[in-house]
Amino acid sequence: MTQNKPLLEVRNLHTEFHVEKRIAKAVGGVSFDLNAGEVLGIVGESGSGKSVTSLSILRLIPDPPGKITEGEILYGGRDLLKLSYEQMREIRGREIAMIFQEPMTSLNPVFTIEKQVTEPVLLHEKLNRKDAIERAVEVLSAVGIPDARRRLKDYPHQFSGGMRQRVMIAMALICRPAILIADEPTTALDVTIQAQILELMQKLQGEREGSSILLITHDLSVIAEMCDRVIVMYGGLIQEIGTIRDLFGNPLHPYTRGLLASIPREENKGKKLYAIPGNVPSIFDFPSGCKFCSRCEHVQDRCREEAPELRELAKGHLVRCHFAEELS
Amino acid sequence: MSTPILELKDCEVHFPVYGGILRHKVATVKAVDGVSLDIHEGETLGLVGESGSGKTTVGRAVINLLRATSPDVHLGGQILYRTREGRQIDLNGLSRREMRPLRAEIQMVFQDPFSSLNPRMTVEQIVSGPIKLHMDLDRNARRNRVHELLEKVGLQSSYASRYPHEFSGGQRQRIGLARALSTNPRIVIADEPVSALDVSVQAQVVNLMEDLQDEFGLTYLFIAHDIGIVYHVSDRIAVMYLGNVVEFGTAEEVFRTSKHPYTRALLSAVPEPDPDGKRPDRIVLEGDIPTPLAKPSGCGFRTRCPIARPECAAARPNFETFSDSHFAACPYTETLNEKGTPHVEPRV
Repeated sequence: MTQNKPLLEVRNLHTEFHVEKRIAKAVGGVSFDLNAGEVLGIVGESGSGKSVTSLSILRLIPDPPGKITEGEILYGGRDLLKLSYEQMREIRGREIAMIFQEPMTSLNPVFTIEKQVTEPVLLHEKLNRKDAIERAVEVLSAVGIPDARRRLKDYPHQFSGGMRQRVMIAMALICRPAILIADEPTTALDVTIQAQILELMQKLQGEREGSSILLITHDLSVIAEMCDRVIVMYGGLIQEIGTIRDLFGNPLHPYTRGLLASIPREENKGKKLYAIPGNVPSIFDFPSGCKFCSRCEHVQDRCREEAPELRELAKGHLVRCHFAEELS
Repeated sequence: MSTPILELKDCEVHFPVYGGILRHKVATVKAVDGVSLDIHEGETLGLVGESGSGKTTVGRAVINLLRATSPDVHLGGQILYRTREGRQIDLNGLSRREMRPLRAEIQMVFQDPFSSLNPRMTVEQIVSGPIKLHMDLDRNARRNRVHELLEKVGLQSSYASRYPHEFSGGQRQRIGLARALSTNPRIVIADEPVSALDVSVQAQVVNLMEDLQDEFGLTYLFIAHDIGIVYHVSDRIAVMYLGNVVEFGTAEEVFRTSKHPYTRALLSAVPEPDPDGKRPDRIVLEGDIPTPLAKPSGCGFRTRCPIARPECAAARPNFETFSDSHFAACPYTETLNEKGTPHVEPRV
């Protein structure tokens, strides 16, 4: 992990959705740095705001009903939130690219793979078609699609799920972006295919010096395999940030500890699994004070009244809990 | 051991595929292709495999749901169910009318808690549906039973008048369990019961299923792709690949001393929830599961197998026996370690 100036800085990001005359605060003040060369994970359950955070970075929040109401996203000395639509198009795909969860629905079924994979270089680098095709063959081969030149003429339905996810990765990487945002890239895949895709992402990351990955997932095991640092989100807020060794070795937030404890492990066979009580509240029903207080086993009156701040307890290890020191 | 409560003998499920202008049969999908399993009363049998392995189809064959959606399906082999009186019935040959009384005894919990509950019915209507069909209870007794069941699965009885959309995924899965339990079943087939749930809620539902099993003496056929969960809940595990069981044994045997190359690859592919536990010796399989429309000849796994030999194409391998309870369909398992696929003990 390099300790230079971060590649991307997210500062106090707020994103809201207007739903049925109510305001749903999906992200309520998120700040973090993405350093050059690192893989940063964001882990959270549905409704935690992890996907909305990643979509906000690329300004892909549908507006209306969504709106980024506050904050800065600094990349290369510019605030992405202040750029015009055209300037933002220059960034997307070229500087910051994204792979989505659903390889089945994220590719357009009526265009060939050639059309979809070459589009970013035709648009951003003004390559001619011949060179663009050469680049597409190169990048499709790099992601492990056999016989790439012939398969350019194929349509998405002719590929399996794992192969489509490879095509998505090829599409995202063809302009050699500095940042790759991967939103649940392996969730829809079988575990043996997931292993292929994770290995591929690691290999490509190693080859592209200084480039970073922001990996969004609900699966702590994937985080443990892939990431240098990890952010735990709940209720639209960062609850804990740390290196993966901090987080897995010395989790500070009760929510993080609950998540880790609820993973079935071999030594617990035959015993009860730990379960975090209750359900993730609907976005309108999160408590005031600490977002997790309605499910926390260590809740005290202060938690319901006063929202905790994100505090740095050890270097680079931050937690949003009033009682983190006493509980650990 | 006692007679199994459920015994599958060479069970086959083949779906015809129609094509051309005249919609004639052009191919056959062999979704389940000769599966033999036995399930004993009170145990949890885990059925694990990737998409396309046929694990869901096995579950649906047992409760005779396949003809409802595909009338032309070919069902082969036997599915022997031992009734409370000790009679054995072959479920495969039953008509819908003959099957109906047995449905009270064999119930199902579905994967998707969002589409498996009718949105226009209240929880009470959903849970009392099977009671109406199978039990001779008057209206009040039915209502009391619904309330009792809801409390058993950890919901308030006052929820009976609500509609499914008012509940979260985990709560809906509890409603599904209450419905399944409403007729005092002996066997519950749970098809991916927790895979649509958030991580923090999965553990709740798994614990609840274990409590209910202890209380009612249930037998579970637990179908899932998540090996960690399957290992946690199962007494025995069957691993499926492309319509066949490739390995079958106690949870410990399959997990710690797996003999089939596919089982080993599958276990090694599971990511570790531990940053220091990265496996240098992960077996990353090449390619995808072949389509069941064009299964490889002989051993179905040979196209991705790290120790495949030319002989594997000739005939489907028989089960090799490793203990009274442990079987694997690979004759070359002893060469696994030589070929760089050592057994890695998963730490899930």
